[in-house]
Amino acid sequence: MASLDRTARAFLLTELVSGFALTLKYMFKPKVTVNYPHEKGPLSPRFRGEHALRRYPNGEERCIACKLCEAICPAQAITIEAEPRDDGSRRTTRYDIDMTKCIYCGFCQEACPVDAIVEGPNFEFSTETREELMYNKDKLLANGDRWESLIAANLHADAAYR
Amino acid sequence: MSADLIQFFTVNWLGQLIVIVAQCLAVTVPLLVSVAYMTYVDRKVWASIQLRRGPNVVGPFGLLQPFADGLKLVLKETIVPSSANAVLFIIAPMIAFMTALVAWAVVPFDDGWVIADINVGILYLFAISSLGVYGIIIAGWASNSKYAFLGALRSAAQMVSYEVSIGFVLITVLLCVGSLNLSDVVMAQSGGFWHWFFLPLLPMFVIFFVSALAETNRTPFDLPMSEAELVAGFHTEYSAMTFGLFFLGEYANMILLSALGAVLFLGGWMSPIPYAPFTYVPGVVWFALKIAFLLFVFSWTKGTLPRYRYDQLMRLGWKVFLPVSLGWVVLTAAVLQFGGWVPKS
Repeated sequence: MASLDRTARAFLLTELVSGFALTLKYMFKPKVTVNYPHEKGPLSPRFRGEHALRRYPNGEERCIACKLCEAICPAQAITIEAEPRDDGSRRTTRYDIDMTKCIYCGFCQEACPVDAIVEGPNFEFSTETREELMYNKDKLLANGDRWESLIAANLHADAAYR
Repeated sequence: MSADLIQFFTVNWLGQLIVIVAQCLAVTVPLLVSVAYMTYVDRKVWASIQLRRGPNVVGPFGLLQPFADGLKLVLKETIVPSSANAVLFIIAPMIAFMTALVAWAVVPFDDGWVIADINVGILYLFAISSLGVYGIIIAGWASNSKYAFLGALRSAAQMVSYEVSIGFVLITVLLCVGSLNLSDVVMAQSGGFWHWFFLPLLPMFVIFFVSALAETNRTPFDLPMSEAELVAGFHTEYSAMTFGLFFLGEYANMILLSALGAVLFLGGWMSPIPYAPFTYVPGVVWFALKIAFLLFVFSWTKGTLPRYRYDQLMRLGWKVFLPVSLGWVVLTAAVLQFGGWVPKS
């Protein structure tokens, strides 16, 4: 009897029909996709995106060339050269990040004693050439200027947990 | 003047040539446009089933996406592998594409709207669809690559297996009609959807549809395309427009089998309810709607079912569909004979 039942079900395609009914039902459900270029998902304040070098409110750059970020970087993506400036303060003459090496681990921003290097909220920095991903100090400072308000807000929001 | 024109287009060889070319264009151009939009509908249906949006960026609602894809295929470089047989490698996609197109010559779009109203229409379709296998097997052999070769063997074996059961389905229908002419097949179903063959021959309709899926290498029978095993099957080595021709041919074949399903089982150009408001709609619109419905079921199937294993596919073809369809041919013949319904030819 069981085999008859099974054969009947197989020939009447009951399982196929229920499967098709399910997919038809799903076809009319609301879509769950975020319509990406036009709408974006929420980002955590801790999101680790494109790097930026920050400045103090008076315009002086924060980085003191301690090279802790260079030392801790597991991908060895950061290259720093430094010498004392005319006014005697120690500043970088070169601060390069190879974005093709970077693994976005965030160690650099954790190592930084003055919150100079940070990973900002920007994740849309794709380029058409590989060379454009070799960031230099100008590019990083420009990033800092561009994203400062968001970076500061994120640092403030996350400060209580650090 | 008009008598002269009629004379020119019916007797003069140049006039006849112009008429035939115009008829071919009137079939192929809408066909290629519907192939393009079939890819779009496919992607939208699968996306909806998976709660995604599908293409929606190129043009309003992504409606220009097929043209963007086509442009991409045309502009890319056609690569012929150095170890391939170049001549056969180029000819194979042309065969696959042309066999998908020439079959449309006998499909009736409306009463009298058919390029070649021949008396062996079903036989012609059967012959042409068998030729389609050549494109695939030549492509697999000429590529000189193990993936392409194995994929071609698989799809050739699969298409040959399922053509047998499609053949028996066609025989059942022509037993009920008493003619091999596709227009006669439609005329035999006149008078509302309760006269269409899908009701009395429902099991055969199901077998026909499933075999059509296998014949066009669509899910759940898209084994030639199973990426994990065979990369891309017989068209692994193809790129740009040579691949595009296979793609077009495959979709044209899908539309052809849907059209065949509509002609054989869904009353072709007939309106489902043979009364006033419905009969005003031109027959070609009903025909297009029926094809569109069957194509939707094709996409729906692809969104629903997982892929068969190769031995399961062969088992289904030879051990289930072949005996069932053969038995149904005998049963139909017996019912027609002893019920006194044998059609007068």
